[in-house]
Amino acid sequence: MTAVFTDPDEAVAGIADGSTVLVGGFGLAGMPIGLIDALIRQGATDLTVVSNNAGNGDTGLAALLAAGRVRKMICSFPRQSDSWVFDGLYRSGKIELEVVPQGTLAERMRAAGAGIGAFYCPTGVGTPLAEGKETRTIDGRDHVLEYPIRGDVALIGAHVGDRMGNLVYRKTARNFGPVMATAATLTIAQVHHVVETGGLDPESVVTPCIYVDRILDLSATEGNQ
Amino acid sequence: MSTVEHLDRGPLARDELAARVARDIPPGSFVNLGIGQPTMVADHLPAASGVVLHTENGMLGMGPAAHGDEIDPDLINAGKFPVTELPGASYFHHADSFAMMRGGHLDVCVLGAFQVSGRGDLANWHTGAPDAIPAVGGAMDLATGAKQVFVMMTLFAKDGTPKLVPECTYPLTGLACVSRLYTDRAVFHIGPEGVTVAETYGTSVAELASRLEVPLRTLDATEGTNRRAS
Repeated sequence: MTAVFTDPDEAVAGIADGSTVLVGGFGLAGMPIGLIDALIRQGATDLTVVSNNAGNGDTGLAALLAAGRVRKMICSFPRQSDSWVFDGLYRSGKIELEVVPQGTLAERMRAAGAGIGAFYCPTGVGTPLAEGKETRTIDGRDHVLEYPIRGDVALIGAHVGDRMGNLVYRKTARNFGPVMATAATLTIAQVHHVVETGGLDPESVVTPCIYVDRILDLSATEGNQ
Repeated sequence: MSTVEHLDRGPLARDELAARVARDIPPGSFVNLGIGQPTMVADHLPAASGVVLHTENGMLGMGPAAHGDEIDPDLINAGKFPVTELPGASYFHHADSFAMMRGGHLDVCVLGAFQVSGRGDLANWHTGAPDAIPAVGGAMDLATGAKQVFVMMTLFAKDGTPKLVPECTYPLTGLACVSRLYTDRAVFHIGPEGVTVAETYGTSVAELASRLEVPLRTLDATEGTNRRAS
């Protein structure tokens, strides 16, 4: 049963130190800034964060990094024009980094959510990112063995949810949300507003409610959109 | 078709290079343009070509850059710049977007590069410098998955060293994946037989052969095949 919150602090209650946290978003599109700000106030630390980027500007994930809560980043593209927070931490040795090809990052989380033990993937063969990994030739093509990435928590941004926890997204803000929702023990989604059960077209639901544990309804703070 | 040497002009400007790449994209293709210079190729694809642009962050049918009131923070491209959607566009999540690449459904991707080897190995994600922060994004997935990988870059680095090399010295993105190399000085076809010069700009095949350490072949119209240039 999905719980709907209007208080961000209640929505993130109970996240433990040392958790692996999947954070949605591609740049700032789909990044659950309300949930991340609440996580900073909540205080969990020693986190491993899985996200495509390693923070943009000073908000959202960048603010969590700046607060010193993250021990390790697993991401595809940390270095950007506005990733100064991560860059400083990395250059001073204050954060670990695992770089994963973007599609492999998504597929490792998909595998976790789908109960797949591991998979062979052609991406990265012969490159430094395949070093030390088991390889196998399948149908004449080399593949690298990749393991799932499972989250203790997923924090994602969606557009609209219903009271049961079904989610729809908007444009390219969808990105990692539907995949991360399946891959974590506790999935928390922030949405711009919540509609009554039955208010979403079942044909349009992207993330079915089975994957969603908590919803943060931002409409009280943002105004109804 | 034989190798064409354009000796009456200088090297291609960046915009001309983008137009040259666009000319080789078959009508109706599904295409991914990498961030940076490859993005410019979109400006030279006529609407009538029916080319559908894919962006790794989950969209087919991407339109031109958004301006003014069109700007929507939920609608961005792989470089995180605001874009627009065209009729027939669709959105999908990241695992689907990369399944599309890895599964061989994209006809062409266009990428930038630090180096390309004579075998078509690609190095474009990391300089390997000790203080560089590695960031791969979708480069390896595209290099591995697209049916054809086009690279566009300058042929020589600022210090004059060739970027088409016998072996890449920068960390690799993918092995034997590049099929076409578009540069300011020449267009090359890369395949199992080696590197073939298709066109040159402001230089000759002989001059290129003297500056590159990679054996070059030329297109030979009469034999319908190619032959060693030097």
